[in-house]
Amino acid sequence: MEENKTTGFTPADYKNSQNARWCPGCGDHAILNVLHKAMAELGIAPKDTAVISGIGCSSRLPYYMNTYGMHTIHGRAAAIATGVKTANPDLTVWQISGDGDGLAIGGNHFIHAVRRNVDINILLFNNKIYGLTKGQYSPTSDRGFVSKSSPYGTVEDPFIPAELCFGARGNFFARSIDILLDNSRECMVAAARHKGTAVVEIMQNCVIFNHGIHEYFANKENRENHTIILRHGEKMLFGKDNSKGLVQKGFGLKAVTIGEDGYTIDDILVHDAHCAENFLQQQLAMMDGHELPLALGVIRDYDAPVYDLEVDRQTEEIKAKKGYSNLRDMILKTCDHWEIK
Amino acid sequence: MSKETNVKTIDRVVIRFAGDSGDGMQLAGNIFSNISAGEGNEISTFPDYPAEIRAPQGSLSGVSGYQVSVGKDVHTPGDAADVLVAMNPAALKTNLKYLRPDGIIICDEESFTPANLKKAEYASADPVAELGIDPKRIMLVPMTTLLKHTLSDSGLDQKGMMKCKNMLALGVVCWLFDRPVESVLKKLEAKFAKKPAIYEANAKVVQAGWDYGHNTHASMPVYRIETSTSQPGTYIDVTGNTATAWGLIMASEKSGRPLFLGSYPITPATDILHELAKRKDLGVKAIQMEDEIAGVCSAIGASYAGRLAVTSTSGPGLSLKSEGIGLAVMAELPLVVVDVQRGGPSTGLPTKTEQTDLMQALYGRNGESPLCVVAATSPTDCFDMAFNAAKIAVEHMTPVILLTDAFIANGSSAWRVPEESDYPEIKPHFPTKEQIENGWKPYDRTTDFARFWAVPGTEGAMHRVGGLEKDFNTSVISTDGPNHQKMVDIRRKKVAEIANDIPLIKPLFDEDEPDTILVGWGGTYGHLRTAATLLNEEGHKVAFQQFRYINPLPANAIETLNRYKRIIVAELNTGMFADYLQMHLPGKEILRINKVEGQPFLVKEIVDGVKKFMDVK
Repeated sequence: MEENKTTGFTPADYKNSQNARWCPGCGDHAILNVLHKAMAELGIAPKDTAVISGIGCSSRLPYYMNTYGMHTIHGRAAAIATGVKTANPDLTVWQISGDGDGLAIGGNHFIHAVRRNVDINILLFNNKIYGLTKGQYSPTSDRGFVSKSSPYGTVEDPFIPAELCFGARGNFFARSIDILLDNSRECMVAAARHKGTAVVEIMQNCVIFNHGIHEYFANKENRENHTIILRHGEKMLFGKDNSKGLVQKGFGLKAVTIGEDGYTIDDILVHDAHCAENFLQQQLAMMDGHELPLALGVIRDYDAPVYDLEVDRQTEEIKAKKGYSNLRDMILKTCDHWEIK
Repeated sequence: MSKETNVKTIDRVVIRFAGDSGDGMQLAGNIFSNISAGEGNEISTFPDYPAEIRAPQGSLSGVSGYQVSVGKDVHTPGDAADVLVAMNPAALKTNLKYLRPDGIIICDEESFTPANLKKAEYASADPVAELGIDPKRIMLVPMTTLLKHTLSDSGLDQKGMMKCKNMLALGVVCWLFDRPVESVLKKLEAKFAKKPAIYEANAKVVQAGWDYGHNTHASMPVYRIETSTSQPGTYIDVTGNTATAWGLIMASEKSGRPLFLGSYPITPATDILHELAKRKDLGVKAIQMEDEIAGVCSAIGASYAGRLAVTSTSGPGLSLKSEGIGLAVMAELPLVVVDVQRGGPSTGLPTKTEQTDLMQALYGRNGESPLCVVAATSPTDCFDMAFNAAKIAVEHMTPVILLTDAFIANGSSAWRVPEESDYPEIKPHFPTKEQIENGWKPYDRTTDFARFWAVPGTEGAMHRVGGLEKDFNTSVISTDGPNHQKMVDIRRKKVAEIANDIPLIKPLFDEDEPDTILVGWGGTYGHLRTAATLLNEEGHKVAFQQFRYINPLPANAIETLNRYKRIIVAELNTGMFADYLQMHLPGKEILRINKVEGQPFLVKEIVDGVKKFMDVK
């Protein structure tokens, strides 16, 4: 595999000899390959990288990495990754979770990791189904979804991961589709470079239990009109030959065709991923590919205080201020004591 | 002390301070035990507080107590108090049962108002008569009047004055037990360093209480409490929870591994989190997570990252952590889990003590999931056992559950501040560079069957661990049956191997080869030891052994216990340790003394129980 000219690492440096055991055609294969490439581009040595996962198909990923890694228990990857990163902020920590692992059993840890803004990169593989347990609906399955555990259709609404991330005061959210290799890689690289919790939702196809769930925006014919790739500082254009764009309408967004209804290129919004106010970013993230195109790319990337660094900073400050040499020194300087001779 | 005062010398004395939760009884008791320790007494304290933060004032449910035993050979806070300080009628009513039949009561007579008597559910206007107290045993102090006189020019309002009432009572107690007022003032000075006016008021009040005792009750005997001959050194008064936190810090210093705590608040374990959160000044990272599960999981992450990792909790939290602990068993990572046991099941009795988590600690996980279980015997032993738990975890690459309990966690005793050289080095097994270059695998093992600890950041040792079974040779995922058997066996052997690193047992009072042994584990040590001493003093030959290491048991434990005809296990549950020993001693009858009342044993209960089994009338 090709060496990254700047970093000197190749994707092969991050790949181990195990054959990935996902089903043939599973979207996870593509995501894994892209992750190897993203890591080579980032140039953080395998020895300084830790990949933590929970349970589920996607969570097997650490076994196919030549980095440090841990395949843990269902739903707890965010908590374990928080421990790894807080213990040693010098490590680059990735969390791999599916929609069940990350948002159902692990929902609590997910929102708290995001709220805390610990510097981990969460890759959320969203296939709207439980694959490893062979086809039950997940917390991202649409209302009415028929599965083995909802034979008559679900009677509950799903989470929209972006909405949850924004609701937990997230500072980085990006989205891609498993088959969009370049966009996935760009999102992963941006996530790793962002300081703080970064959530990358990857719309992933489960060929066995939920094949085609993302077809309406993912398939080649629909994609141009049903998705938009956002880039900071660029106009929000989509459609064949970028003929369409997004404009602000009242408090919401509207898709228009340039040159129609009096809209010109000057009316089209320019994306700002870095602004503190997240209102418009959230509107973009909530577009679902039907009336408005599904937003891909880095939607929000805002710098805020980072948990693990704050823990370190505070510890060093207090340590320096108090200046105790060890436990005994601290006890003798702070506790009432007496001598027995 | 005036010469004509009658001074009696006694070995030890038990004082119980009781009042409303907000009356400052814990502070009064704490100062008394501290200054007594400063006088060279041994001390043992037992705060007994309600689960509610502030129950209605003056009500029976709102009474909080603080019992302290000071003197020589003190191992428990005492079965019954020699002196009861009761700040209101409710405290008198609820705490009288903790007083010896001939004990003395110090009481605020002006708290006997109709309103207070009603709140405390008295039928008459004379609580002393109603409770059948001999008037000669009760010292009725007009506390409100004394406070008003003493603080008339202090500028404090009535409410502010009343807040000093605990110090008035303390002054009287100090007079009774010949404690110098100056040492109380020193403590108050430290406590109110930033509030000189409050210090002044409290200082005056303590002196007023002392003078009141001296002037009005000069005919009563004053007691001098015997001091003990402790090992020379610098001493402090320490609670079990603080000692636990410090033992972990010592382990961090001796292992060179920075300390990490992932925790979640839960009574009665929270003080460990509080203490370690303060200890950022020693470089400790203590983080409060979103729940118990995240507490243990963040610690597992930190352990993988090469830190001395700990999670602290109490029974219900241990239930929540079970799956995480199982992961640490499978991934073979060092982890210390501190379980401060409380009354269960479920939420149970959050502020009360029990030893009912033993089976959960030993077996409360899915699959074949052996780990090391140890228990601390006293507030100060919490330091040693926290240190030992960390040492075992790191050197044997296993989770270790340390069991303490509400009684020793909140109780305190005098403790000699150790030198660093008092404790051994802790030696983690990191893979060497040479090992790594020669094809090191993550599940390669030391001669003690422990995995090597390859810390992220180490060149060439990138590896994956996790909850799935691994191949014995290649360390990759394996579902092969015989391999699983082999891995199950080796994890068990690894834990069994710890027995080589822990002290052998050596029963006390064993010189005459008695045929009976009294056995306990963990926090009941003080009561059991005192009971064994009394029994032997009375001529009943009973050996005594308290266990600190439960899994594995010390190497000579079974052989030693087998020598006795009669094994009596006393514990604060329905027989968990007895059952556990029974497994190792098939065919031997194990006798049991059990209690599950949320309270520690009384020494008398043990003495009577043992006598019954020995057929002593």
